Amino acid sequence: MEPYKNHTSVVALMNRANVDTDQIVPKQFLKRVSRQGFGETMFFDWRYLEDESDNPEFELNRPEFKGAGILLVGDNFGCGSSREHAPWAIEDYGFNTIISTSYADIFYANCFKNGILPITVTQEQWDVLRAEVERFPGVQFSVDLEQQMLETPGGTEFKFDLDQVRKRNLLEGLDDIAVSLQAESHITDFEERQKKELPWLWHSA
Amino acid sequence: MSSPKTMYEKIWDSHLVHEAEGQTPLIYVDRHLMHEVTSPQAFEGLKLAERKLRNPHAILATLDHCVPTANRSLPVADPIANTQIVTMMDNCKEHGLTLYDMDSEHNGIIHVVVPEHGFVHPGMVTVCGDSHTATHGAFGALAFGIGTSDVEHVLATSTLPRQKSKTLLVEVDGELNKHSTAKDIALAVIGKIGTAGGNGHVIEFAGSAITSLTMEGRMTLCNMAIEAGAPAGLIAPDEKTYAFLEGKEYAPKGDDWDKAMSYWKSLPSDDGAKYDTIVKLKAEDIEPQVTWGTSPEQVIGVNTPIPGPSDFDSEGKSKACESALEYMGLEPGTKLSDLKIDFVFLGSCTNSRLEDFRSAAAIAKGTKVPEHVRAIAVPGSVLIKKQAEEEGLDKIFTEAGWEWREPGCSMCLAMNGDELKAGQRCASTSNRNFEGRQGKGGRTHLVSPAMAAAAAGAGTFVDIRQL
Repeated sequence: MEPYKNHTSVVALMNRANVDTDQIVPKQFLKRVSRQGFGETMFFDWRYLEDESDNPEFELNRPEFKGAGILLVGDNFGCGSSREHAPWAIEDYGFNTIISTSYADIFYANCFKNGILPITVTQEQWDVLRAEVERFPGVQFSVDLEQQMLETPGGTEFKFDLDQVRKRNLLEGLDDIAVSLQAESHITDFEERQKKELPWLWHSA
Repeated sequence: MSSPKTMYEKIWDSHLVHEAEGQTPLIYVDRHLMHEVTSPQAFEGLKLAERKLRNPHAILATLDHCVPTANRSLPVADPIANTQIVTMMDNCKEHGLTLYDMDSEHNGIIHVVVPEHGFVHPGMVTVCGDSHTATHGAFGALAFGIGTSDVEHVLATSTLPRQKSKTLLVEVDGELNKHSTAKDIALAVIGKIGTAGGNGHVIEFAGSAITSLTMEGRMTLCNMAIEAGAPAGLIAPDEKTYAFLEGKEYAPKGDDWDKAMSYWKSLPSDDGAKYDTIVKLKAEDIEPQVTWGTSPEQVIGVNTPIPGPSDFDSEGKSKACESALEYMGLEPGTKLSDLKIDFVFLGSCTNSRLEDFRSAAAIAKGTKVPEHVRAIAVPGSVLIKKQAEEEGLDKIFTEAGWEWREPGCSMCLAMNGDELKAGQRCASTSNRNFEGRQGKGGRTHLVSPAMAAAAAGAGTFVDIRQL
């Protein structure tokens, strides 16, 4: 996993609440055997027309939002099925930061496993940010993860809350496996002890 | 002296690898079961991160979810399924893992073939990217399902970060009625505590009705712990467990067997151990069960009329009843014996073992499946299919008008082409009656194998006690 880098990036606005993971990655794409390339399937049913050309009505297809790295989206984002294809798609599309008032639990946890920073803001903060993007489509926000700061050209600036373990893991690019492997000497010790105490577990297999 | 512990606490304590402030406890995983659907991205993730697979010996893999139950030669008709199958074969070859592929005489549903070969023992922590991993709790193993990123985690580390669960004791005392089975206990428990009743808990099943069950029955019961919301079910190992394991391919041998036995005997919960929740059922009260709705908790005894929204206290359950009735095409008050069925499915990791086929065949013998009904029998493994054929069970089914199929998950989740058409009503021995589970618009009623066989013969649900 890549370490999360502070950045200044275009903000795409999706003013919708309760966007579920079935919409983020529809089920026809779940039988794939790779986790790569899901970016093109993201919001598939909303994003493309019948002939698979871009749907001009869909907000992420607005030219001003091209190349956006930050997604500003409504309440309870990522609800529904636990599929991990949703954060895979979001990351592959190019978003590494999401800003919302709340997230579904499993989706929220899955973001950190995939190098995505989900920032939680208050409704007032969200309204201010939304107004700025609506007034200046294509505007760029700045995120400083170390300082937990979000800054906009319109002069909005605030600190967001974040679990410190998760923050460190994002900054160091540590996924869950890397965190567990930091305890590798404990794993090896455990295995050595088990080989002595319960030897058949290592013989019969 | 230390305080009395439950079996779950003993297994947990003996598998704790590391616990650090601000981090989730890390537990050791002894055995890792795999199938073709939930593993490809885990192998890919391992490769992308350039990580090694830590313990190949701890893994046993099979092909089951996408496998056709009619023509089993490669390539299979569905190109996506074929890709999953071939990817699994390639991954196992690359990492030197044991795979029971479609040509293997050991092939079958993962939760059926693993016990057949004694791969999971009492006290082991066992995982699989599949929620019905709970099955192996029948052996006193802590066994639970995990998601794809956790599959990758176990491949790389043989551990998982995991919060400790609460404990729920389900005690079933007394003697089961002649025609009630482990499946009926499972459904009755779920009916009593609901599909969220076991959330955050590991269930321990105990009581005289549980110890009386065969190992097959115990597997059926633990298999459905997940439908009660619990990631794992557990039954204390006893003489039946040891007798089942002895001599199996992966069971300990010689000196190891003696050591293992003395360890296994230390596993059952201590007298006076405390559980967070206790639920009690009387075995005598458990009638043959039939689900009427779209959740396993929407279940009744075979002679109970179908309930209506006003039969439920909570608004949520009342609304759920209303929408389930609509989906299932049912009216409150209808008798199950007045429902015409179109399909019967005998199979799945819940009920596809030899005992299940014997009990269904005993009812199917001499019956004739009506013209409008299609009945399929899908053994859980190649071995079970062979054993059933040696006993002549296949003949009983085919003479009664059933289709006798090759092993696989088949219509439990309808990924392999075996599926219901919209509106078709099915008596099924599987584990989930969710909307669309057995095919879009399909209507599933969960039952025991004997009840399924009786339904196949009559074209409707019947009380097997009346036969």
